Amino acid sequence: MNANGRIHPDGGQGSARPPFGRLVNVTKTFETGGQPVPAVKDVSLQFRKGDLISLLGPSGCGKTTVLKMMGGLIPTSGGLLELDGKAITGPFPGVGVVFQAPTLMPWRSVLGNVLFPMEVLGKNDRKAKRRAHEILELVGLAGFEQAYPRQLSGGMQQRVALCRAIIHEPSILLMDEPFGALDELTRLEMNDLLLDIRRVTGATVIFVTHSISEAIYLSDRVFVFSKRPAVIALELNVDIAYPRSQQTRFLEEFTELEKQASIALGVVKQ
Amino acid sequence: MKKNFLRLFYPLAGVAIILIAWHFYVVLLRVHIVVLPGPLQVADSMVTHTKILLDEAWVTSLECIYGFALAMGIGIPIAVVMTYSRIANLMFYPLLVASQSIPKVAVAPILLVWFGTGIESKLAMAFVIAFFPVVVDTATGLRSTSPELLELARSLQCSRLQTFFKIQLPSALPSIFSGAKIAVTLAVIGAVIGEFIGSNQGLGNLLLTANSQLNTPLVWASLVVLSVLGMVLYGAVVLAEKILMPWGPDSGHKL
Repeated sequence: MNANGRIHPDGGQGSARPPFGRLVNVTKTFETGGQPVPAVKDVSLQFRKGDLISLLGPSGCGKTTVLKMMGGLIPTSGGLLELDGKAITGPFPGVGVVFQAPTLMPWRSVLGNVLFPMEVLGKNDRKAKRRAHEILELVGLAGFEQAYPRQLSGGMQQRVALCRAIIHEPSILLMDEPFGALDELTRLEMNDLLLDIRRVTGATVIFVTHSISEAIYLSDRVFVFSKRPAVIALELNVDIAYPRSQQTRFLEEFTELEKQASIALGVVKQ
Repeated sequence: MKKNFLRLFYPLAGVAIILIAWHFYVVLLRVHIVVLPGPLQVADSMVTHTKILLDEAWVTSLECIYGFALAMGIGIPIAVVMTYSRIANLMFYPLLVASQSIPKVAVAPILLVWFGTGIESKLAMAFVIAFFPVVVDTATGLRSTSPELLELARSLQCSRLQTFFKIQLPSALPSIFSGAKIAVTLAVIGAVIGEFIGSNQGLGNLLLTANSQLNTPLVWASLVVLSVLGMVLYGAVVLAEKILMPWGPDSGHKL
């Protein structure tokens, strides 16, 4: 495989847009007690700018490892990771991360938490504050700027975490089961909120989840992972137009995609 | 309103019951004043000796405050070094833990030789007895920083200093304060031990002197002042905690 991947054709995606990021045969092996344990094996995928893709798989299958490698947070054991034509070798500024838990700083107000990345990047100016207010309003938290995280519900805290992840306009937003700890209704609400945010900001989102319907509802494309070591078992194109609404979940295409994913995951026997 | 009143009322009622029981025990059984003075006699002694009690209390408070400040000022940096330098940790942490098996009182005569009978030996004693919990609690706090927050810092390419001051140190504050609360009470013990071993000042010295003169009411009066001093210092740390950690569990209520 040629390192200068941009000259390669777009892997049969049938799209005019060139790939923005790609993984080629990415592998990760952990050492546990001197024994090499493969966590991720030969994962290849690509996405375009503005895509929302999901990595769907059972718990502990290694999809989070893939996500962390994409953020440059852990090194790969082999293969190539590229974003915008540049190889990812370590942490880079254009990344936003959202974890399963909100992981806010309890000593900072909501506004202080959202502005944290700007502060670290040395861009905490008036413009940053205005943007913070704007995105807090976008997620329905206007008026809570001065509250402490402790005073907010779990869903509200996760919204703050979402704002913190997008305040510095990252070129890629990595989300690691961000709504997995929320109750079902809040989760549906947050799904729509994420689609809103993506529509407004045009963010490229990599979304890790173990919920089949969440993955399909949100994504342009879903990569279904097998059990550990993570191998892509199926790639699903979700040809359902945005904007989507909760009605979308009852479409025939939606149910069909759910069925295909379920078969790939082995929860439904063919 | 009523709740607040009850929260104040019950502890005071508890104290009153003990005082009344104490009073009647002494009066009815005709306990000799040298053995156990009644609460009224202690109060009487406190009134007669107000000036000397306050003067000596001032000396002891300074010893406690400086000793506590030393314990914090030296203990926290030690914890930071132990947490971030693996080598320092391996070299000195076992030694630090082992040193705690030495009874602190036994060190007091040595400190007296080194630092003399002035305030320095009391500070040294207060420091020696109070700094260990500061080190342990601070180190625990620094180590318990959420791994996700550290990952966030890494993804934003925070420098080590930024990560320390913006994430790890504030994360450790609750633990640092629990260490401080233990340290401040231990500092009082340390100061009094220091005064016992060699001093002509302070509440500890007053207590010893009064005891040798069989002036038991004054001994008890010194004890009362000493415990008030301990409570005030403890309260000051709690207050500092409330001010420095406004996000703390007590001030939080769901909106």
